[in-house]
Amino acid sequence: MRLDVKKTYKLFIGGAFPRSESGRSYVVNDSKGNFVANPSQASRKDLRDAVVAAKNAHPQWSSATAYNRGQILYRIAEIMEGRTEQFVAEIVALEGVTPKAALSQVQEAIDTWVWYAGWTDKISSTAGSTNPIAGPYYNFTIPESLGVVGIVADQKSSLLGVVRGLAPVLAGGNTALLITSEKRPLPGITLAECFATSDVPAGVVNILTGLTSELTPWLASHMEVDGLDLSGVDTKSESDLRIAGTENLKRIHRFGAEKSPSRILSFMEYKTVWHPIGI
Amino acid sequence: MSNFEYAPAPESRAIAKIEKDYGLFINGKFQAPHSKKRFETINPATEEVLSKVSFADEADVDKAVKAARAAYTKVWSKLSGKERAKYLFRIARLLQERAREFAVVESLDNGKPIRETRDVDVPLAAAHFFYHAGWADKLEHAGYGSQPKPHGVVGQVIPWNFPLLMLAWKVAPALATGNTVVLKPAETTPLTALLFAEICQQAELPAGVVNIITGDGRTGSALIKHPGIDKIAFTGSTEVGKLIAQSVATTGKSVTLELGGKGANIVFEDSPIDQAVEGIVNGIFFNQGHVCCAGSRLLLQENIHDEFLHKLQVRMSKIRVGDPLDKNTDLGAINSAAQLAKIRELSQSGESEGAQIWSAPCELPSKGFWFAPTVFTGVTQAHRIAREEIFGPVLSVLTFRTPQEAMEKANNTPFGLSAGVWTDKGSRILWASNQLKAGVIWANTFNKFDPASPFGGYKESGWGREGGRHGLAAYIKGAH
Repeated sequence: MRLDVKKTYKLFIGGAFPRSESGRSYVVNDSKGNFVANPSQASRKDLRDAVVAAKNAHPQWSSATAYNRGQILYRIAEIMEGRTEQFVAEIVALEGVTPKAALSQVQEAIDTWVWYAGWTDKISSTAGSTNPIAGPYYNFTIPESLGVVGIVADQKSSLLGVVRGLAPVLAGGNTALLITSEKRPLPGITLAECFATSDVPAGVVNILTGLTSELTPWLASHMEVDGLDLSGVDTKSESDLRIAGTENLKRIHRFGAEKSPSRILSFMEYKTVWHPIGI
Repeated sequence: MSNFEYAPAPESRAIAKIEKDYGLFINGKFQAPHSKKRFETINPATEEVLSKVSFADEADVDKAVKAARAAYTKVWSKLSGKERAKYLFRIARLLQERAREFAVVESLDNGKPIRETRDVDVPLAAAHFFYHAGWADKLEHAGYGSQPKPHGVVGQVIPWNFPLLMLAWKVAPALATGNTVVLKPAETTPLTALLFAEICQQAELPAGVVNIITGDGRTGSALIKHPGIDKIAFTGSTEVGKLIAQSVATTGKSVTLELGGKGANIVFEDSPIDQAVEGIVNGIFFNQGHVCCAGSRLLLQENIHDEFLHKLQVRMSKIRVGDPLDKNTDLGAINSAAQLAKIRELSQSGESEGAQIWSAPCELPSKGFWFAPTVFTGVTQAHRIAREEIFGPVLSVLTFRTPQEAMEKANNTPFGLSAGVWTDKGSRILWASNQLKAGVIWANTFNKFDPASPFGGYKESGWGREGGRHGLAAYIKGAH
């Protein structure tokens, strides 16, 4: 008989897989209540480290060509495809769904990357403009990345919720830190392993596992976080987080399941440039 | 050769028919306020009382919101875009017809030079209505879905620096997209908004589609907190903007904010210096520096600092400060005693923190609120005058050696509204435009505005854009 080699689920910060600096972990059970893993219970310090990593990664990621970013997002889909079985197993364990339903979630997640990968070099064309102003000036408007976006992933959908949060944010040239579903965090960490092996620069995505209620107030009040996706937050705490987020006027949104360019633009800023025309 | 003095060239104020007092404009009629209170609005250039306007209390606000709701439900939401468009075209034309009257009243109530109200504020306000009129029946082509929907009733609070123009920026897109409006003009500059109410009457705009309520911060606060408001649009300080964002964070109301700035105007060594001097002067002294996107931080490449500063001071000495109604005046009155006190306080902080002050030698009128064009040199990034919005004719000069350093200094602020770049090198303009974290970049120009051009800030300078296709999103449900 051969004993399984089980995976230690850790955080993903700045391209590395550290344990929580706090030394804490918490128990994750499967849908039947059986022990599955002890992922890290991220602390405020871990969250701040993740923000620093995301902030440092932003200049490179936002200035990469849109074509390059598109290829990297597509590459994530390629790597995920090869890990389909592992994702299915984790989803079945944590969500208690059938393997067929889990497979469909994995495939939808992969296709979501492919869809957003194709947007990177089109969003400026569809959302930008040249503006016919009344004077001898050339004037154009383009969407630009916002900066660092904090995402609280959907609590129910363990994998697809993570991808729905990350893909549009990355497509727009932002860097991100994401807090996974509290009770279903494992596919998010497995996804981090895909990022680590798919040319996503270190720090562009950072993934934290832990207690949503402990981490989100620090995320919402952090002055270096520019945008917030509160899709995974209950409506009661959403109010407090929105108030905390006004301190630096974060762009704060909550999304449904739809894929749309508007979701990319939620975390982009329009810049308008003027220049005189003359001889 | 002796100096040639300009003879006074005053614009006649006879065209301005200002009533002794005004009611609140609710449901298409001027009405006495429930509060029974009125307050004076003065000419900041002379401290003369121009008129008395009504103070809207919570009951008045409620009445205005209900009028806007009824107009939305019964009339405006049932009207086709094509017909809405024609109302907006009418308003644009009426503003053009009465342009000189608006320019004079704006100059009297605000203190800004007639040259600016005549050539900038009023024509741009009319242009905003004309531009947005054309959108009203073409919204399904604007990129916000095939059936874009308005929010409903919009509450709008605007500042005193461009009273009529800010009204136009707010009201025109709101009406074009099918919303109805309750607008509160600034406490110190209510008159052109009340004149605009007359325009609404002359345009036969259905009663309640536009309601204008005057008052102070309490009125604005009551409007923003009113549960009958679906969307809030505010232009003003970042401090108040954050309070508004907080107060409605839990309500689900949609909010757009145009807030403060501390714009960097960056001059590279290869720039056309004389042209840049003009641009810097326009960037900070236009409208007495009461401009959220003012180029209030001048970043000079170190090797041209002395030459540039000399030319700047010579140019500043030619700025004509005085009677706002004189057509030769460049710099008018500071809008209020409170704003003058704020400018003085920040200016004093500049001196006490160790920067060197220089003010243009000019005679200031004895009555009214005035501040001479002023430049601070030897400013560091830690100084308050390099960090806080002064909102007056005060320029802070910093230096840089490399383009990278210029970008770092320019972006070293929580604001992100505007920036200017002066250089002869095309690739550097595009590189800098890319690096600068600001919603509007003016390259080899500054302080240009147009209804077709989106305007708005990054970071703590606000949420959303005004103007252009992008500005429509503020007034369409769920649009980004």
